[in-house]
Amino acid sequence: MEILVCARRVPDTSENEIALNSTANDIERDELVYSINEPDNYAVEEALQMVAKVGGNVTVVTVGGDDDEEILRREMAMGANHGVLITDDAFTGSDGRGIATILKAFVQKGNFDLILTGVQAEDGAAQVGGMLAAMLDYPFASLVNSIEIVDGKKLKISREIEGGNKEMSEIDLPCVLSIQTGINEPRYVGMRGIRAVASVPIPTYDATQLDLVPNTVGASAAKVKRVDYFMPTLGKGAEMLTGEREENIEKLLELVAAKGGLK
Amino acid sequence: MARIFSYIVHKDGVPDDSAAELLAAARQIDPNAPLTAVVCGFGSGLDRVCESLRPSYLEVWKIGAETLAYANAELIRKALVKVLPPQSVVLVPHDHFGIDLAPGLSIKLGAAFVSDVVGIEGLQSSTLNIVRQEFGGQVSAHMKCDVSSGAVVTVRPGAFKSLDAPGINGQVVDKSLEIGVPSAGRRYLQTVVAEAGDVDITKHAVLISIGRGIQDKENVAIAQELADAMGAAVSCSRPVVDAKWLEKSRQVGSSGKTVKPKVYLACGISGAFQHLAGIKGNPFIIAINKNPKAPIFHVADVGIVDDILEFIPELTNKVREMHSVSAK
Repeated sequence: MEILVCARRVPDTSENEIALNSTANDIERDELVYSINEPDNYAVEEALQMVAKVGGNVTVVTVGGDDDEEILRREMAMGANHGVLITDDAFTGSDGRGIATILKAFVQKGNFDLILTGVQAEDGAAQVGGMLAAMLDYPFASLVNSIEIVDGKKLKISREIEGGNKEMSEIDLPCVLSIQTGINEPRYVGMRGIRAVASVPIPTYDATQLDLVPNTVGASAAKVKRVDYFMPTLGKGAEMLTGEREENIEKLLELVAAKGGLK
Repeated sequence: MARIFSYIVHKDGVPDDSAAELLAAARQIDPNAPLTAVVCGFGSGLDRVCESLRPSYLEVWKIGAETLAYANAELIRKALVKVLPPQSVVLVPHDHFGIDLAPGLSIKLGAAFVSDVVGIEGLQSSTLNIVRQEFGGQVSAHMKCDVSSGAVVTVRPGAFKSLDAPGINGQVVDKSLEIGVPSAGRRYLQTVVAEAGDVDITKHAVLISIGRGIQDKENVAIAQELADAMGAAVSCSRPVVDAKWLEKSRQVGSSGKTVKPKVYLACGISGAFQHLAGIKGNPFIIAINKNPKAPIFHVADVGIVDDILEFIPELTNKVREMHSVSAK
């Protein structure tokens, strides 16, 4: 089975405090640690487990710049057979549809049975997989949390729906699936593994090689544009306890007791 | 002016809470535009849903077919593409169904797509001004969406305050014959209901809820010790389940359990909206997180910026101390 995983390098927001830059057109990125988008990493692990069962290759592709090579190498150290970087100045400012258009052009250059994406990236849009599937006229499923290979023509999958329930479906290949975190336990990647693939050449593709017409991608084609960022002021906001830890604990326990939360 | 449609998710003949929220969102796009609900399904349940929407929508478009008895996003997309007029603005709830349907629908309609919208700041000619969030809710963004060729907009559940039905006597329009016989490459088999866990977190008045900040499986024990001391239960957010540190039955959120405690102690939880969606009944929320920008502080009643791995054990000791004093 030939599996393509679409991945993205993102700032790790779980451990970082995000601030805006001086003109609020972007976040302050200098201090941020970047890594592969977490659901994308689960998608690569799932692909590796599938080819381990039935044979085949895993290709990891990203649309970006030179900095993004590091996640391709990381996923190759995990076991992916190929990493591909799609890069062109003309792609700057693409919206979700633009990225899906670029990926579609790449998919059509290959012969993939299955395309995986992570369920969403740092913008939380959860859009590229479903768009790519529609452009290719492939079936699509989002929030996938288990995959079973039925035969060379179809998969049995489950989707995460409300209340922890699972929606089971059968889906024809080729198809696009967006992978939810928790589907597997991604393997550990050590420095040694990364060093082993450090000098493997990473092929690149640009707009010309992908036969992309300029007005279909990039900022000029984007129907959705960000104007600026701002810090949210949702809800009432918490009363912050700013004393020493011991004081905070006492105050917290008073409040909990007042709400009937202490026996 | 583009026609605005609300896609109505429903179950057992009753519209989902999102239906009244989409109405509110639609009004913020254009307070005067005639609104149309679109409802797909089959049988008497579909009829009941359509009937219940008449006070809210000028028209209720009913799309009934046996193949749509289960909401298969691919089949529904194909039906909608046949029925919706050009330049439509379509609102869809940003839930597991909307995430499945909406991106592909936007491609097939040739429409713009903007997802997980939390605010709408109106329409200026063909530009829709909206607000969404990025970076796990830590940062908001103003976005401009060109709706000249239509738009598909998914709306975050709970972000818009439900609007009461304006009491218009709308009409149900049957569009069932327009959809043809769609087929899909994905076929629904069955729904597997979540297993009940060892502890029922929905029954507890106090929850010690842990998130990514707990950092390691070994550290779950410190939350359990606090819970034991307080007579509470340990619940968690998604990353803890993903890492297999706790069972799925302990997860609070839209893809986990809905809880209604009196007191909710959110420890090392960032506060993604999917998590907050599982906390109902307006509990007293105390958030402890070392990131002062964590979105949980926007919804908590009380917040403390601290490292939970140090804070929780000290809190536990204090609770035990209180018990031993009161026992004497």
